[in-house]
Amino acid sequence: MIATGLPNDDGYVVAAYLFFLALLLVYVVIMAVRLSRVERDLVELTRDE
Amino acid sequence: MRTLSILTVVTLVTAYALAFFYAPMDAVEGLRQKIFYLHVPLALVALGGFVAGGVLAIQHLRTRDRKWDLRSYVAIHMALIFGIGTLVTGSIWARAAWGHWWLWDEPLLVSFLIVFLLYACYQPLRFAIEDPERQARYASVFAIVAGVFVPINFAAVRFAQEHTHPRTLSSSHNLPGPAWLAFFVALAGMVLLYVTLCRYEIAAKNVRFAMRRLRRRLGEDVVAGRSAAPQ
Repeated sequence: MIATGLPNDDGYVVAAYLFFLALLLVYVVIMAVRLSRVERDLVELTRDE
Repeated sequence: MRTLSILTVVTLVTAYALAFFYAPMDAVEGLRQKIFYLHVPLALVALGGFVAGGVLAIQHLRTRDRKWDLRSYVAIHMALIFGIGTLVTGSIWARAAWGHWWLWDEPLLVSFLIVFLLYACYQPLRFAIEDPERQARYASVFAIVAGVFVPINFAAVRFAQEHTHPRTLSSSHNLPGPAWLAFFVALAGMVLLYVTLCRYEIAAKNVRFAMRRLRRRLGEDVVAGRSAAPQ
Protein backbone atom coordinates (compact mmCIF):
# COMPACT_ATOMS: atom_id res chain seq x y z
CA MET A 1 0.00 0.00 0.00
CA ILE A 2 2.98 2.28 0.52
CA ALA A 3 3.36 4.51 -2.50
CA THR A 4 6.68 5.33 -4.05
CA GLY A 5 7.86 8.59 -5.52
CA LEU A 6 6.01 10.76 -3.02
CA PRO A 7 7.41 14.11 -1.91
CA ASN A 8 9.51 14.25 1.24
CA ASP A 9 7.60 13.42 4.47
CA ASP A 10 8.81 16.63 6.13
CA GLY A 11 6.41 18.69 4.05
CA TYR A 12 3.41 16.61 5.13
CA VAL A 13 4.34 16.87 8.82
CA VAL A 14 4.81 20.64 8.52
CA ALA A 15 1.51 20.93 6.62
CA ALA A 16 -0.43 18.98 9.30
CA TYR A 17 0.94 21.05 12.17
CA LEU A 18 0.57 24.33 10.26
CA PHE A 19 -3.05 23.49 9.49
CA PHE A 20 -3.71 22.94 13.21
CA LEU A 21 -2.06 26.28 14.04
CA ALA A 22 -4.03 28.03 11.31
CA LEU A 23 -7.29 26.54 12.64
CA LEU A 24 -6.47 27.88 16.11
CA LEU A 25 -5.49 31.25 14.66
CA VAL A 26 -8.77 31.57 12.73
CA TYR A 27 -10.68 30.79 15.93
CA VAL A 28 -8.70 33.41 17.90
CA VAL A 29 -9.34 36.02 15.17
CA ILE A 30 -13.10 35.26 15.25
CA MET A 31 -13.08 35.62 19.05
CA ALA A 32 -11.17 38.92 18.77
CA VAL A 33 -13.72 40.28 16.27
CA ARG A 34 -16.56 39.27 18.62
CA LEU A 35 -14.81 40.89 21.57
CA SER A 36 -14.32 44.16 19.66
CA ARG A 37 -18.04 44.11 18.76
CA VAL A 38 -18.98 43.69 22.44
CA GLU A 39 -16.57 46.50 23.39
CA ARG A 40 -18.17 48.77 20.77
CA ASP A 41 -21.64 47.93 22.09
CA LEU A 42 -20.52 48.64 25.64
CA VAL A 43 -19.10 52.04 24.65
CA GLU A 44 -22.37 52.81 22.87
CA LEU A 45 -24.44 51.81 25.92
CA THR A 46 -22.37 53.86 28.36
CA ARG A 47 -22.63 56.87 26.01
CA ASP A 48 -26.45 56.46 25.94
CA GLU A 49 -26.56 56.40 29.75
CA MET B 1 -9.68 30.98 33.00
CA ARG B 2 -6.21 32.49 32.76
CA THR B 3 -4.70 29.56 34.71
CA LEU B 4 -6.48 27.09 32.45
CA SER B 5 -5.22 28.91 29.34
CA ILE B 6 -1.61 28.92 30.60
CA LEU B 7 -1.86 25.24 31.58
CA THR B 8 -3.17 24.42 28.10
CA VAL B 9 -0.32 26.22 26.33
CA VAL B 10 2.32 24.67 28.62
CA THR B 11 0.90 21.14 28.18
CA LEU B 12 0.66 21.43 24.40
CA VAL B 13 4.17 22.87 24.03
CA THR B 14 5.54 20.11 26.32
CA ALA B 15 3.63 17.45 24.37
CA TYR B 16 5.00 18.49 20.99
CA ALA B 17 8.51 18.99 22.38
CA LEU B 18 8.29 15.40 23.70
CA ALA B 19 6.88 14.17 20.39
CA PHE B 20 9.68 15.68 18.30
CA PHE B 21 12.69 15.50 20.63
CA TYR B 22 12.00 12.65 23.08
CA ALA B 23 9.81 10.06 21.35
CA PRO B 24 11.88 7.83 19.08
CA MET B 25 11.58 8.02 15.30
CA ASP B 26 9.31 5.27 13.98
CA ALA B 27 11.34 2.62 12.15
CA VAL B 28 8.73 2.12 9.40
CA GLU B 29 6.92 5.44 9.16
CA GLY B 30 9.83 7.79 9.90
CA LEU B 31 9.07 11.46 10.45
CA ARG B 32 5.49 11.31 9.15
CA GLN B 33 4.55 9.26 12.25
CA LYS B 34 4.81 12.57 14.20
CA ILE B 35 1.40 13.47 12.75
CA PHE B 36 0.06 10.71 15.05
CA TYR B 37 0.60 12.99 18.10
CA LEU B 38 -1.67 15.61 16.54
CA HIS B 39 -4.21 13.60 14.57
CA VAL B 40 -5.16 10.94 17.16
CA PRO B 41 -5.67 13.33 20.13
CA LEU B 42 -7.75 15.59 17.85
CA ALA B 43 -9.91 12.62 16.82
CA LEU B 44 -10.37 11.29 20.36
CA VAL B 45 -11.25 14.73 21.73
CA ALA B 46 -13.68 15.38 18.86
CA LEU B 47 -15.49 12.07 19.50
CA GLY B 48 -15.44 12.69 23.26
CA GLY B 49 -16.86 16.18 22.64
CA PHE B 50 -19.76 14.74 20.64
CA VAL B 51 -20.56 12.32 23.47
CA ALA B 52 -20.20 15.14 26.03
CA GLY B 53 -22.71 17.15 23.99
CA GLY B 54 -25.18 14.28 24.39
CA VAL B 55 -24.59 13.99 28.16
CA LEU B 56 -25.11 17.75 28.60
CA ALA B 57 -28.27 17.51 26.49
CA ILE B 58 -29.63 14.86 28.90
CA GLN B 59 -29.06 17.37 31.70
CA HIS B 60 -30.97 19.97 29.69
CA LEU B 61 -33.96 17.70 29.16
CA ARG B 62 -33.92 16.66 32.84
CA THR B 63 -33.69 20.15 34.31
CA ARG B 64 -35.06 22.33 31.46
CA ASP B 65 -32.33 24.76 32.40
CA ARG B 66 -31.13 26.64 29.28
CA LYS B 67 -27.53 26.75 30.50
CA TRP B 68 -27.22 23.02 29.74
CA ASP B 69 -28.47 23.60 26.21
CA LEU B 70 -25.80 26.26 25.76
CA ARG B 71 -23.13 23.90 27.10
CA SER B 72 -24.31 21.06 24.85
CA TYR B 73 -24.34 23.42 21.84
CA VAL B 74 -20.82 24.66 22.57
CA ALA B 75 -19.50 21.10 23.19
CA ILE B 76 -20.79 19.97 19.78
CA HIS B 77 -19.74 23.18 18.02
CA MET B 78 -16.19 22.82 19.32
CA ALA B 79 -16.09 19.06 18.59
CA LEU B 80 -17.01 19.88 14.97
CA ILE B 81 -14.01 22.22 14.73
CA PHE B 82 -11.78 19.48 16.19
CA GLY B 83 -13.42 17.11 13.69
CA ILE B 84 -12.33 19.33 10.79
CA GLY B 85 -8.80 19.21 12.24
CA THR B 86 -8.99 15.41 12.45
CA LEU B 87 -10.17 14.99 8.86
CA VAL B 88 -7.57 17.33 7.38
CA THR B 89 -4.57 16.09 9.40
CA GLY B 90 -5.72 12.49 8.76
CA SER B 91 -5.91 13.15 5.04
CA ILE B 92 -2.41 14.64 5.04
CA TRP B 93 -1.09 11.61 6.95
CA ALA B 94 -2.90 9.22 4.60
CA ARG B 95 -1.39 10.92 1.58
CA ALA B 96 2.10 10.66 3.12
CA ALA B 97 1.69 7.03 4.23
CA TRP B 98 -0.53 5.42 1.61
CA GLY B 99 -0.27 7.82 -1.31
CA HIS B 100 -4.00 8.66 -1.17
CA TRP B 101 -5.79 11.60 0.45
CA TRP B 102 -8.75 9.36 1.27
CA LEU B 103 -9.61 5.63 1.17
CA TRP B 104 -13.31 4.89 0.78
CA ASP B 105 -12.85 1.19 1.71
CA GLU B 106 -11.31 2.05 5.08
CA PRO B 107 -13.96 1.66 7.84
CA LEU B 108 -12.38 4.04 10.36
CA LEU B 109 -12.10 6.92 7.89
CA VAL B 110 -15.58 6.53 6.47
CA SER B 111 -17.19 6.04 9.90
CA PHE B 112 -15.55 9.22 11.22
CA LEU B 113 -16.80 11.09 8.16
CA ILE B 114 -20.33 9.76 8.77
CA VAL B 115 -20.22 10.92 12.41
CA PHE B 116 -18.87 14.31 11.30
CA LEU B 117 -21.56 14.75 8.65
CA LEU B 118 -24.23 13.67 11.14
CA TYR B 119 -23.15 16.43 13.51
CA ALA B 120 -22.83 18.87 10.61
CA CYS B 121 -26.65 18.64 10.51
CA TYR B 122 -26.91 19.83 14.14
CA GLN B 123 -26.55 23.55 13.41
CA PRO B 124 -28.91 23.59 10.37
CA LEU B 125 -31.45 21.68 12.52
CA ARG B 126 -31.26 24.35 15.20
CA PHE B 127 -31.45 27.14 12.63
CA ALA B 128 -34.54 25.57 11.07
CA ILE B 129 -36.52 25.91 14.32
CA GLU B 130 -37.48 29.48 15.16
CA ASP B 131 -39.01 29.02 18.61
CA PRO B 132 -36.04 28.97 21.07
CA GLU B 133 -37.76 26.56 23.47
CA ARG B 134 -38.51 24.01 20.76
CA GLN B 135 -35.11 24.55 19.20
CA ALA B 136 -33.37 23.70 22.48
CA ARG B 137 -35.56 20.63 23.06
CA TYR B 138 -35.19 19.16 19.56
CA ALA B 139 -31.46 19.89 19.55
CA SER B 140 -31.08 18.04 22.85
CA VAL B 141 -32.89 15.00 21.49
CA PHE B 142 -30.65 15.07 18.42
CA ALA B 143 -27.52 15.41 20.59
CA ILE B 144 -28.52 12.43 22.76
CA VAL B 145 -29.39 10.11 19.85
CA ALA B 146 -26.24 11.09 17.91
CA GLY B 147 -24.16 10.85 21.09
CA VAL B 148 -25.27 7.23 21.55
CA PHE B 149 -24.40 6.52 17.92
CA VAL B 150 -20.76 7.63 18.38
CA PRO B 151 -19.53 4.80 20.69
CA ILE B 152 -21.64 2.21 18.82
CA ASN B 153 -20.08 3.33 15.57
CA PHE B 154 -16.61 3.27 17.15
CA ALA B 155 -17.13 -0.29 18.46
CA ALA B 156 -18.50 -1.53 15.13
CA VAL B 157 -15.46 -0.22 13.31
CA ARG B 158 -13.10 -1.96 15.72
CA PHE B 159 -14.74 -5.28 14.87
CA ALA B 160 -14.08 -4.70 11.17
CA GLN B 161 -11.83 -7.43 9.83
CA GLU B 162 -10.01 -5.63 7.07
CA HIS B 163 -8.41 -2.31 7.61
CA THR B 164 -5.43 -0.24 6.52
CA HIS B 165 -5.71 2.42 9.21
CA PRO B 166 -3.86 1.33 12.39
CA ARG B 167 -5.90 0.78 15.57
CA THR B 168 -4.41 3.20 18.07
CA LEU B 169 -5.65 1.94 21.42
CA SER B 170 -5.10 -1.75 20.93
CA SER B 171 -2.63 -4.22 22.37
CA SER B 172 -1.26 -5.02 18.92
CA HIS B 173 -0.14 -1.44 18.36
CA ASN B 174 3.06 -1.46 20.34
CA LEU B 175 4.39 1.99 20.99
CA PRO B 176 7.58 2.37 23.01
CA GLY B 177 7.32 4.04 26.44
CA PRO B 178 8.56 7.52 25.41
CA ALA B 179 6.10 7.56 22.50
CA TRP B 180 3.21 6.65 24.84
CA LEU B 181 4.28 9.42 27.22
CA ALA B 182 4.33 11.99 24.39
CA PHE B 183 0.95 10.70 23.18
CA PHE B 184 -0.71 10.95 26.60
CA VAL B 185 0.68 14.44 27.22
CA ALA B 186 -0.57 15.47 23.74
CA LEU B 187 -3.99 13.96 24.55
CA ALA B 188 -4.09 15.83 27.89
CA GLY B 189 -3.10 19.04 26.09
CA MET B 190 -5.82 18.56 23.49
CA VAL B 191 -8.45 17.89 26.19
CA LEU B 192 -7.31 21.07 27.97
CA LEU B 193 -7.47 23.02 24.70
CA TYR B 194 -11.01 21.75 24.09
CA VAL B 195 -12.14 22.68 27.61
CA THR B 196 -10.45 26.11 27.42
CA LEU B 197 -12.02 26.97 24.05
CA CYS B 198 -15.43 25.76 25.27
CA ARG B 199 -15.16 27.99 28.34
CA TYR B 200 -14.19 31.01 26.21
CA GLU B 201 -17.07 30.33 23.86
CA ILE B 202 -19.57 30.00 26.73
CA ALA B 203 -18.20 33.19 28.34
CA ALA B 204 -18.53 35.07 25.03
CA LYS B 205 -22.13 33.87 24.60
CA ASN B 206 -23.02 34.84 28.19
CA VAL B 207 -21.58 38.33 27.67
CA ARG B 208 -23.72 38.70 24.54
CA PHE B 209 -26.84 37.62 26.47
CA ALA B 210 -25.97 40.09 29.28
CA MET B 211 -25.57 42.91 26.74
CA ARG B 212 -28.94 42.10 25.22
CA ARG B 213 -30.58 42.13 28.68
CA LEU B 214 -28.91 45.45 29.45
CA ARG B 215 -30.21 46.96 26.22
CA ARG B 216 -33.72 45.78 27.06
CA ARG B 217 -33.44 47.24 30.56
CA LEU B 218 -32.41 50.55 29.03
CA GLY B 219 -35.60 50.47 27.02
CA GLU B 220 -34.09 49.67 23.66
CA ASP B 221 -36.08 47.58 21.24
CA VAL B 222 -33.84 44.52 20.90
CA VAL B 223 -34.83 42.03 18.24
CA ALA B 224 -32.87 38.80 18.52
CA GLY B 225 -32.32 37.57 14.99
CA ARG B 226 -32.85 33.96 14.01
CA SER B 227 -29.86 31.94 15.12
CA ALA B 228 -28.64 28.38 15.45
CA ALA B 229 -27.04 29.31 18.77
CA PRO B 230 -29.10 29.24 21.96
CA GLN B 231 -30.86 32.60 22.50
